[in-house]
Amino acid sequence: MRTRFAFTALAGALALAATATQAQNQAPLKVGFMLPATGTFAALGDMIEKGFKLHVEEQGGKLGGRTLQFFKVDDESDPSKATDNVNKLIKRDQVDVIVGTVHSGVALAMARAAKDSKTLLIVPNAGADAITGPQCAPNIFRSSFSNWQPGYATGVIAAQKGYKRAMTITWNYAAGAETVKGFTEAFEKGGGKVMKDLNLPFPNVEFQALLTEIAALKPDAVACFFAGGGAAKFITDYAAAGLKGKIPLYGSGFLTEGMLDAAGPAADGIMTTLHYGDSIETPRNKAFRLAYAKTFKLQPDVYAVQGYDTGLLLVHGANAVKGDLNNKPALYKAMETVTIDSPRGKWAMSKSHNPVQDMYLRVVEKKENKVIGVAAKALADSGAGCKMG
Amino acid sequence: MDFPTFLIQLLNSVQYGLLLFMLAAGLTLIFGIMGVVNLAHGSFYMLGAYLAYSLSGLLGSLTLALMVGTLLAVAFGLALEWLLFRHFYQRDHLDQVLLTFGLIYVFEELRSMLWGDDVHGVAIPALLGDAIPLTDNLSYPVYRLFMSAVCVALALGLYLLISKTRLGMKIRAGAANREMAEALGINIKLIHAIVFAIGVGLAAVAGMIAAPVSSVYPNMGSQVLIMCFVVVVIGGIGSVRGALVAALLVGLVDTFGKVLLPAVSGMLVYMLMAAVLLWKPEGLFKQ
Amino acid sequence: MSTPKANMEVLPRSVRLLLVLALAALAVFPFVGSDFYVQMVTRMMILAIFAMSLDLLQGVSGLVSLGHAAYFGLAGYALAFLMPQNEAASVWLTLPLSVLAAGLAALVIGFFVVRTHGIYFIMVTMAFAQMVFFLFFDNKVLGGSDGLYVNFRPTVNLGTWALLDLDNKKTLYLVTLGAMLLVYGFLRRLLWSPFGRALAGIRVNEHRMRALGFATFGYKLAAFTLAGALAGLAGYLWGVQTGYINPELMGFHMSAHAIMMVILGGMGNFAGAIVGAFGFELVLHLFKDLPQVGSVQLGKHWQLWMGSFIVLVVVFAPRGLLGLAGWFSRRPEDGDV
Repeated sequence: MRTRFAFTALAGALALAATATQAQNQAPLKVGFMLPATGTFAALGDMIEKGFKLHVEEQGGKLGGRTLQFFKVDDESDPSKATDNVNKLIKRDQVDVIVGTVHSGVALAMARAAKDSKTLLIVPNAGADAITGPQCAPNIFRSSFSNWQPGYATGVIAAQKGYKRAMTITWNYAAGAETVKGFTEAFEKGGGKVMKDLNLPFPNVEFQALLTEIAALKPDAVACFFAGGGAAKFITDYAAAGLKGKIPLYGSGFLTEGMLDAAGPAADGIMTTLHYGDSIETPRNKAFRLAYAKTFKLQPDVYAVQGYDTGLLLVHGANAVKGDLNNKPALYKAMETVTIDSPRGKWAMSKSHNPVQDMYLRVVEKKENKVIGVAAKALADSGAGCKMG
Repeated sequence: MDFPTFLIQLLNSVQYGLLLFMLAAGLTLIFGIMGVVNLAHGSFYMLGAYLAYSLSGLLGSLTLALMVGTLLAVAFGLALEWLLFRHFYQRDHLDQVLLTFGLIYVFEELRSMLWGDDVHGVAIPALLGDAIPLTDNLSYPVYRLFMSAVCVALALGLYLLISKTRLGMKIRAGAANREMAEALGINIKLIHAIVFAIGVGLAAVAGMIAAPVSSVYPNMGSQVLIMCFVVVVIGGIGSVRGALVAALLVGLVDTFGKVLLPAVSGMLVYMLMAAVLLWKPEGLFKQ
Repeated sequence: MSTPKANMEVLPRSVRLLLVLALAALAVFPFVGSDFYVQMVTRMMILAIFAMSLDLLQGVSGLVSLGHAAYFGLAGYALAFLMPQNEAASVWLTLPLSVLAAGLAALVIGFFVVRTHGIYFIMVTMAFAQMVFFLFFDNKVLGGSDGLYVNFRPTVNLGTWALLDLDNKKTLYLVTLGAMLLVYGFLRRLLWSPFGRALAGIRVNEHRMRALGFATFGYKLAAFTLAGALAGLAGYLWGVQTGYINPELMGFHMSAHAIMMVILGGMGNFAGAIVGAFGFELVLHLFKDLPQVGSVQLGKHWQLWMGSFIVLVVVFAPRGLLGLAGWFSRRPEDGDV
């Protein structure tokens, strides 16, 4: 009698445990977005989220057999609020994975919090070299780029074209400085010399003084890094000052992402390097662009691709562990070893969890970034300072 | 720096300074005449830019957009004054600071809901689209000369209005002694409304004519706001003449600072302000 | 052109009772609340200290500073610089040095700033704060736009005996609560001391005070420095809790939020600053977490709600929440000047 009772109890307990684990794996996978919903980067945050959701839809709305539950926090592009905001996702909503963000200062604070709590963090834009450098961690992945990469690719192109004397101009903040560093490294390796680095306080957009400097010093080429509203202004100012056509302008691709409408014909002829171009002629990219346009009635850009690739990355990882995101070693291994079949081309993770990818050369023609070649193939950032693997 | 480059940088300084003046003039008027600190002044600049964008698209020409936009902005200013600001003339500066700070949030969000968050451009009218070659490398855009001309015209107009017209006389009287002016039969409420509307109008016009060269994007108001305040404080609060001198000074320091001392150029203008205030704690000119 | 408001320096009995109850709740909270909320309330208490320091300047002395966050951030940066890469430094070293750094900066800047009055004072405090902001933002050596990490939480040791573990969220909460109460007690004492009375007198009529023989410049400078040092204490605690310091902590928005907190609660009695800090943060979180109604993401438009809220408070409740509470209890207060 007692043994039968014990046996039933044991069976019942096992059954309960089995249902519980089943329930655990059937429980929705919690994804937390920390992206800018307000301010200068709001449009970018929106594109990233749409890209991610597109891929989830393509997967039938399930990752690793589990449905998804989304949580959202507005990062306000404010690093001083970042820790509080990300803690809402980590502590209050207890998400399984965090996706964010655009602004590097905010991302650095997020990385710190994610490192402490060991939550999986995928960065779909912020390019701060440190995130996959000294601040790298097994649970932090980036699906976008590091600031150094497009800068380096620009330098490669400028050196290839035979320029000997270049000037750089950017805002005096980390993203600008890191991009310029990449450019200088490649350009001087290729036999050129950077005459002078110009910079102005962020987000000052009074470029006239520095444009006059450029005209006075007459370099062979100018490499710049600006993004957002300031980029459009720089392009129009450059043309209005008569420098367009006289001194070739190069830049990291963010110069011409999302503001070709605003910049107008002033942007024609500008050459940029980036890990994506709207006109990449592959079936994969064409299919992606069609699907995105159909679903959201918007043309996708590099931010949408980064969001989409975040989805690809997460799906692969979740499927590999059959939805059990607590199986961290297997999850990370899967994400470290996957080759992502992205609209930008195939790419894989570097040792420090940053994409190793092709950098395309694009030229602006009639409000479009036309891809005319590859500036650097399978470019990996050095991951200097990363103490992983 | 060779002489031609120096001259060109001087030209750059003056052009930037004049635009700052147009914004600062509105702010200093509102403060000088009504004693209201208005942190939302940058939002009026942004309003002007967005109006230029929408209206030039709708009406097809920037000139028409300028005219209609100015009227709309002035109407908006009058409404805002009647609804909110006129109840704050006698209140603490603290309350005004907070009120206008709250308004900044409201305006930013309204802008986001009405116009979205993308970056937009406004086309320069074809008539003003040329550039004058100054050296073999550098040209000066005609449109910027046009901008400076508009600023100078407005400055002159403001000067004439304040010192040579009956309205100007009433404004000055109201600023000097409100109760006395009211006792003498001047409709102070109307005067205040007009001054406020002029201030808003100036800021909006600045935004409209700057839109083709600065692009139209979120948060564009906060960037100019602080510069504007620095100009007003250096020039002396309430003094339009002071605002002009200060704006040109700031233009000079900012332009040459970027070129000669880039490492500290972000701080230079504030250091200028600190220096002026050490010498003259109430700014360069009295009201 | 502005008339200094009479402050509610004496708290009506009903308000005092409410505050005691709130204190009891705060003391018990870490043992019942979840990690997330314990951290959130710790954050609010840090901001309450920041708000109280501003209240000394604004509510008591009548000096409206739009640049108070500069000292808040500076102490945080001091902590970040003092904390070594490989091991934790002691609180006995880092805390006094950080607070001293903030106080020193306030002394130096105050020397330039306190000689101005009214609107000039407001503008000049903002300008100096902007200057400090750009100093840190533009220079990679000082951390640049990306800011600095605080590598460890400071140790609280007596010899080799570890007194407190600041990595424990509950401990940190209680330490912050203790700090907040100490600051409150200190400032209340100060309010009724001869020094505090002199400051109140300066707020009401500076000329009269000078006529009476007070060296008003010295008093104002002392208040400015003390307020800066206390803001530094708050900034230090922020650095300890967050582990990350960035230039925006010294920025215009941070300063404006502090002013808002002090006004929201009610100026001049320090309890209002605490109430205001909590209230402001709660309202902000409330707006950001608004649900979706139909197709409208209400939470996304939090700036609209927050801005309107600020406007409404300024228009209808200029004496803040404590003022409203006091109005309800209808006790005669000191001086409706």
